[in-house]
Amino acid sequence: MLSLKSVEYSVGEFKLKADFEIPRLAKVALIGPSGAGKSTLFSLISGFLKPKSGSIFIDNEDVTTKLSNQRRVTTIFQDGNLFPHLTVKRNISLGLRPDLRLNSEQQGVLDYAIDRVGLTDLVDRKPGSLSGGQQSRVSLARALVRDCPLLLLDEPFSALGPSLKSDMIELVDQISNEKKLTVLFVTHDPEDAKKICDLSIIVSSGCVSSPMATKELFENPPEILRDYL
Amino acid sequence: MKILLSIFFTLVAASTAFAKPTLTVYAPDYFTSEWGPGPKIKQAFEKICDCDLFYVSGDLMPRLMIEGKRTKADVVIGLNTDVTFKARKLGIFEAHEQDTSSLSIPIKWDDKIFLPFDWSHTAFIYDNTKLKNPPKSFNELLNSKDDIKVIIQDPRTSISGLALVLWVKSIYGSKSEEAFTKLASKVLTVTKGWSESYGMFTQGEADMVLSYTTSPAYHIIAENDKSKSAAIFSEGHYFFTELAAMTNSSKEPELAKEFMSFILSETFQRMIPTGNWSFPSKLDRNKLPDEFVNLPMPKKVLFYTEEEAQKYRDIVIQEWLTAFQK
Amino acid sequence: MVASFLVAVTVGTLIAVICRIEGFSGLTWNEWTAIRFTFFQSFVSAAVSVLLAIPVSRAFFRQDFIGRNILITLLGAPFILPVIVAILGLILVFGSKGILSQLMGFSAFSIYGVHGVILAHVFFNLPLATRLLLQGWGSIPSEQFRLGQSLSFSPFNFFMHLELPMLCRVIPGVFLIIFLICTTSFAVALTLGGGPKATTVELAIYQAFRFDFNLSRVAILSIIQLLMCGLIAVLSIWIAFPAHYEGGLDRVRPIATTGKILDFICITCATIFLILPLAMILIRGSGGLFLLPQSVMFSALRSILVALAATGLATIMTLYLASLIVYSSKVYEIFGYLPIAASPLVLGTGLYIIFYNWIDPGKIALPSAIVINAMMCIPFSLRIITPAFRDLENSFGRLANSLNLVGWSRFRWLIWPRLKGPIGFSAGLSVALSMGDLGVIVLFSNPNHSTLPMEIYRLMTAYRMDEAFGAALLLLMLSISLFWIFDKGGRINAIT
Repeated sequence: MLSLKSVEYSVGEFKLKADFEIPRLAKVALIGPSGAGKSTLFSLISGFLKPKSGSIFIDNEDVTTKLSNQRRVTTIFQDGNLFPHLTVKRNISLGLRPDLRLNSEQQGVLDYAIDRVGLTDLVDRKPGSLSGGQQSRVSLARALVRDCPLLLLDEPFSALGPSLKSDMIELVDQISNEKKLTVLFVTHDPEDAKKICDLSIIVSSGCVSSPMATKELFENPPEILRDYL
Repeated sequence: MKILLSIFFTLVAASTAFAKPTLTVYAPDYFTSEWGPGPKIKQAFEKICDCDLFYVSGDLMPRLMIEGKRTKADVVIGLNTDVTFKARKLGIFEAHEQDTSSLSIPIKWDDKIFLPFDWSHTAFIYDNTKLKNPPKSFNELLNSKDDIKVIIQDPRTSISGLALVLWVKSIYGSKSEEAFTKLASKVLTVTKGWSESYGMFTQGEADMVLSYTTSPAYHIIAENDKSKSAAIFSEGHYFFTELAAMTNSSKEPELAKEFMSFILSETFQRMIPTGNWSFPSKLDRNKLPDEFVNLPMPKKVLFYTEEEAQKYRDIVIQEWLTAFQK
Repeated sequence: MVASFLVAVTVGTLIAVICRIEGFSGLTWNEWTAIRFTFFQSFVSAAVSVLLAIPVSRAFFRQDFIGRNILITLLGAPFILPVIVAILGLILVFGSKGILSQLMGFSAFSIYGVHGVILAHVFFNLPLATRLLLQGWGSIPSEQFRLGQSLSFSPFNFFMHLELPMLCRVIPGVFLIIFLICTTSFAVALTLGGGPKATTVELAIYQAFRFDFNLSRVAILSIIQLLMCGLIAVLSIWIAFPAHYEGGLDRVRPIATTGKILDFICITCATIFLILPLAMILIRGSGGLFLLPQSVMFSALRSILVALAATGLATIMTLYLASLIVYSSKVYEIFGYLPIAASPLVLGTGLYIIFYNWIDPGKIALPSAIVINAMMCIPFSLRIITPAFRDLENSFGRLANSLNLVGWSRFRWLIWPRLKGPIGFSAGLSVALSMGDLGVIVLFSNPNHSTLPMEIYRLMTAYRMDEAFGAALLLLMLSISLFWIFDKGGRINAIT
């Protein structure tokens, strides 16, 4: 589904190298200490940074030179996922059509997604008046309506409390199963990884490992991971 | 169909045959504005010429300099002697062929190309209810111990300002720089144009303003206000006249000539006093409004010919600058 | 495309005039003095305006009171006044027989001198500086204030950590635009400067044009002016630090609790300084207002239409140029400032030279006025819209890109809603500036198609001072109303 071939990126003293493949429908966690390069890798995959060399394939399509809006990915950032001046409904609709002109079929998809994440009563509110958990759900609803096979999340629930976070991650799991999405989940909390991700990639000091089975990884953590844990 | 076409063409031909010829007159903005003499003059001329008079307003000289021989003007009105030197060099004017021997202006005029249509003199205007003892000569003004404050215009941007510096030169000759230095201490400020100065004066901002001997006529006639007077100086005042000329590239030379003679006609001249607030160039004194006849007038009139004006212009502006920048 | 148009017109007209150069004999001493003086007074005026604007805009930002918004709008008035009206207004207050002298009992303070020029320039530009800085303050996300309050920031802490970075970012641009405005002002400089010591380059250009008819001189001086302004423009753009704020969620801005008295003193002083001359014009002109003939009303209507057209054109061109600046390169900003550096006199003359062979200039007087007015407004609009646009892009660009929110949709759903406020303000400013503008008409005037400022001048040259003041009052009222309509319209449901 997603493959990085000999991808290299550097800025100043920092260098990142990645070469790995992620199979379709996999849920992969991207773990590592801060400053290791997780966000950089995230940006490279989602299309906000261009690699200095190497190529990136999404669903067998070479997207190395393509911009973020041309790649078939849905991105959820750590924050700033919502437009403060648009209602919940419009924020979600942007996932369907940027000009917000939905036909009846799309309208149906929209309604389903709103219902699915439990935001039916809040559709006309603006993000400023929503709680953290509610805001996260809006982002997830948007992911639901988009027609992209790859879902990228960059520590999207780090501001939420443990039980709320747990609920959100559960929701991600359900949604990605329903829509048959491949998920790449950046997190610094290994518990998150263990919950839903069968595979994990470790990023440390610019080195990116191959995807490894999460369970085994935590049972027998390699040196780098041990320090981190 | 053919009949229709031929009728159409006949009508078109007929309309061009019956279309009135157009006389294009370049004039300054104040002339063509509805409060200037322009509109009435246009009406009067169109009655007698069976033509359309079309004004083009805006700055005269820059326009003429740019257009040169390709100018569309038939007549140019509103030039004054300080610019005629340059205007003449353009070579676009034609002799007016009018008789200038009996004009009612205080100097002799025999220029064949430029025809004066009105005149006045530069003078300082003051409020006679506030200033009881106005200076009676330029010397008195310059040497006055009283705290008289004067507003003048900049000779580099204003015709009246330029007239002022030439006036000083014509009185003081080689001592003009000294005169300017004395004047500088009396000047409150220098404005870009006449309007700002006069506006400030009517606000009471200064005691005297550089304007024209005919300015008080406006206040007397239009506002019934007798408080403004011109200070008459014994050394004399600088003569200021406005001129008209016809172009040699005119497409309507007959019409242009007709207009030039119209300028000296009584109809035109009668419109000048209350139209332009100045003296007409050819009108008997007994035909002037009373208020104009009764205006205080200088006994002596000073004047530079266009060559002299051109010669002194840069020198005297430089002297003025030097004195005022001290 | 817009950039090339601006360059084409500015440089093209300059070249048309340059073609008339007959020889270059070096600059005279007078001209050097003019250049030095221009530079000096522009610099000081801009510096003083910006410095004074800081406490005033800060006070407005922090306090809320009935009539705040109306006062903010009204304070913009001096900037949009036609020069001659403003000069007379200032003299009515500060002149030797003005109110201030009457109150103080003696005319010890003479407004005429370099200090007078600076006073007048500050009068004109303080409102603009205040509004621009207010915009700057509004761009600090309210979350950061909240954070500061929760950390018990003293006013000094607030200043150092939040406000100072914003100021460093915004001030160079504000300084630049005011500097440029002061550079090309000359009637003010001359009248209030007290005499030829206060000669600016613009005056020298005017003299060369209308009096010496020396187009070579006009061209040369214009080039120098262009270079002088260009230099400062480049410097400012280079210096402006781009601070990066993470987009907030537009929560309500906190009202300050400390320092209220000082704030209100600032607001009151600024208000008196700016409103008093306007009030004087109101008093002086109200008599004449009812004497105005119908033709003046028609020219008022014409002025309004021309102003609206120019504003529409300017806004579109500015948005386009701003998007170029934000998405492509900072360099494009220089194009936006070209029109200010060019004298309207040169622009007008150049156009005249180019066109007079084919069309009767009288016919294209109004269209030319629209185009040139639009161009003259672009620098201001740019200064208002670009920072907001940049903030927008920094805060939400990434998100928008990830959602494929591009092209028209991006404009409709992201750019327009968030830029409505600045766009409204800059449109209001453009409308008002165009109303009072006299610049181009000089060569192109058509006696039957005059605009309101022209009628004012005509009335004055015909000795009719009362009516002239009445017309000036009319102009003032119309300009402020139009400004208020656009500004208010932009602020309905807007963010700042």
